[in-house]
Amino acid sequence: MSSEPVRTHAIDMSAIAQKNQPNKGMNETSIQIQNLNLFYGEKQALHGINMEIPKKQVTAYIGPSGCGKSTLLRCINRMNDLVDSARIEGKINIEGKDIYQPGVDVAELRRHVGMVFQKPNPFPKSIYENVAYGLRIQGINDRRILDEAVEKSLRGAAIWDEVKDRLQDNALGISGGQQQRLVIARAIAIEPTILLLDEPSSALDPISSLKIEELINELKETYTIVIVTHNMQQAARVSDFTAFMYMGDLIEFGDTNTIFTNPEKKQTEDYITGRYG
Amino acid sequence: MIREWFKTGAPWVWLNAAAVSLSLIMVFGLLALIAIRGLGHFWPADVASIAYVEKANEQPITLVGEMVDQQVLKPELAKAAGYTPEQAAAGLTQYLVKIGNRDIGGLDFRWLLGKDIKQTEYPENLMVLERREWGNFYGYLEAIKEEGNVVAQGAQAWVILAERMERTLDIFERIKDIEKGEIGTINYQLERLRLKERKLELEDKLDAQAKQNLASEKAEFEKAYQALQANLADLNQKIRRDSLVAKVANGQEVEISLEKIVLYYRPNAMGLFQKIGHYFAKVGLFLSEEPREANTEGGVFPAIFGTVMMVMIMAVIVTPFGVIAAVYMREYAKQGILTRIIRIAVNNLAGVPSIVYGVFGLGFFVYILGGNIDSLFFPEALPAPTYGTPGMFWASLTLALLTLPVVIVATEEGLSRVPKSIREGSLALGATKAETLWLTVLPMASPAMMTGLILAVARAAGEVAPLMLVGVVKLAPTLPLDGNFPFMHLDRKFMHLGFHIYDVGFQSPNVEAARPLVYATSLLLVMVIISLNLFAVSIRNHLREKYKALEN
Repeated sequence: MSSEPVRTHAIDMSAIAQKNQPNKGMNETSIQIQNLNLFYGEKQALHGINMEIPKKQVTAYIGPSGCGKSTLLRCINRMNDLVDSARIEGKINIEGKDIYQPGVDVAELRRHVGMVFQKPNPFPKSIYENVAYGLRIQGINDRRILDEAVEKSLRGAAIWDEVKDRLQDNALGISGGQQQRLVIARAIAIEPTILLLDEPSSALDPISSLKIEELINELKETYTIVIVTHNMQQAARVSDFTAFMYMGDLIEFGDTNTIFTNPEKKQTEDYITGRYG
Repeated sequence: MIREWFKTGAPWVWLNAAAVSLSLIMVFGLLALIAIRGLGHFWPADVASIAYVEKANEQPITLVGEMVDQQVLKPELAKAAGYTPEQAAAGLTQYLVKIGNRDIGGLDFRWLLGKDIKQTEYPENLMVLERREWGNFYGYLEAIKEEGNVVAQGAQAWVILAERMERTLDIFERIKDIEKGEIGTINYQLERLRLKERKLELEDKLDAQAKQNLASEKAEFEKAYQALQANLADLNQKIRRDSLVAKVANGQEVEISLEKIVLYYRPNAMGLFQKIGHYFAKVGLFLSEEPREANTEGGVFPAIFGTVMMVMIMAVIVTPFGVIAAVYMREYAKQGILTRIIRIAVNNLAGVPSIVYGVFGLGFFVYILGGNIDSLFFPEALPAPTYGTPGMFWASLTLALLTLPVVIVATEEGLSRVPKSIREGSLALGATKAETLWLTVLPMASPAMMTGLILAVARAAGEVAPLMLVGVVKLAPTLPLDGNFPFMHLDRKFMHLGFHIYDVGFQSPNVEAARPLVYATSLLLVMVIISLNLFAVSIRNHLREKYKALEN
């Protein structure tokens, strides 16, 4: 990791505050969110969000329920397109390209921006077919390539040793924690550059949860990770950067250590110390 | 006390349980009734020789027949029939006896008064003949004749009859094969040639060369036909060789040609196991034979075949249609007021009386669609219609329309039950909406589609009213599937078990003979529907197991 200084913004509604000198270095920006507004029908769910998410780092979104952190996450791979009433203003640039440009191939975008959901959602197919799904969609049906990719992804998601003897079993037959790691394996099988994790361990028991966290630590070597979490300890443990959101506003964004030990905003401090949320 | 009992909730449980029991009793009662009435028909009942006083103060006459039914005359009825009050009060039992021999006596069945029956016995040598015409024959075998000369008499006659019958039935099968199979094929080919000629004529391409070709082909068929005809004449000669002489109850002797006989047996001499064997043989004939004598005798094979084939073609048509429509409504259409109106309309379509679909099928499919198909593709056959007349295809299509709402509703239900998280999971992996549908959503909704299909099959197989307008007939000479190219003849009319029940039961000249057949055919129809359903259910269970939705 280089020691180049970071240009990270923590911008609230008045869009002033800027953080200097984060403790950790990084090389470049992966996702740039510019003045993003999102409406569900008449109701505005996100207010002028600006942030730059660094490459190959873990960025955590924290905040109380309904604050818009999942909504913001789902803007990054255009998952909100599925909601009929959602309307988006502003820009999100990934690797310099605006993903809300007309003519962007959404399926192609999602191949680069993988996503793991709150509840494990394996397909009712075999473990093998779950992992091979994304590749088959790309037209890859060569057994040898698939075998290799499946093993690599399952190893990458630290679940290979547990399922290698029953790859042809139905994926619904394994435990919740294993399912969640399987879903991560499925996401990394198509070799995305960014991985979005939407409360990946909230439906899991503490041990499975811990395994996922360890996995996140390993995955950030390869992927830019954005994680939404309810669990403050988890955010502190796994993330390099943390964004605190409240009522659709990005209140503060910065180095995780700073946010947790010395937040600039009163609201952030109140939330972290458990005074509301 | 009562109030407390009500508080416990027990009455509610009892009420629920009572409703369930009542439903069960009704269903099983219905099945038991048709099973008992229908299945008894095939049992070789004992045949009685009855001494009966027909007119008071005269010598009793002898009648031979099966006791079919009995009932007690009500006093008022008895009085009206001219009996004294004492006699009437004692209760008059009357018996329904199947006396057969319609060609001799004119009546198949007779009611006999119990008090006038002097004696009933069951002679072992009483013989029952099932004939191709004139119904059953009851009598005593006297002799076997060959070319009019007696070859066997008495006990010997039975031995000879067995071997002669075998020969006769064998020849009969061969005649039938030639008539239905080979000559049928030649007729079919000749008709095709005629249509070909007419077509060339219409297209102005009928030159000398074509004419000659057609003529030579025709000549070939004619030659083959002549050969078959000669063969047939020979067989017909042979089959008429043997006959039997039998004595009926009143002592009259009758000669019956063996070619007219389907089955012969002596029920009174049969042991239990013989009877059971006979029973199953008759059930087998019922399932595999064609009907005889205005459908009141023989089997129902063409009707079974027609029913099953129609249901299958319907399933093939309705499933893709319904599924595609449901996918559009659930996955692509904007869920607004219009979609809701369409959905309500589709649901209401399920409630339209089926005869209305029949009228629509006749008016639109048969006359308009079929008429246009004929003038476009089969002008050579006109004015005889090909598809412009009721037939298998139109019947299937009409029923497909009738069952479409069921399939749409069930499929939509299934699609809506596929969790959003699964769709999102697929989309997040870079799948397009169509890929997500094909690879994940549709397979997961497939058990629901099968449920729709099960309901559709159940409804379609039992439907009769619309079919009477769009293709079902009392008697179809040919099956809609045979060995002549193109094998499936969807323009043909066909027989159907449901219509067969109606026809046998209410359009038949011989009500008493038809009654057990009505029950037997009903039972068969229920069995056919159940087995079609079980087939679909087993597929569905397999799919369910495979695409078990996410628990929790």
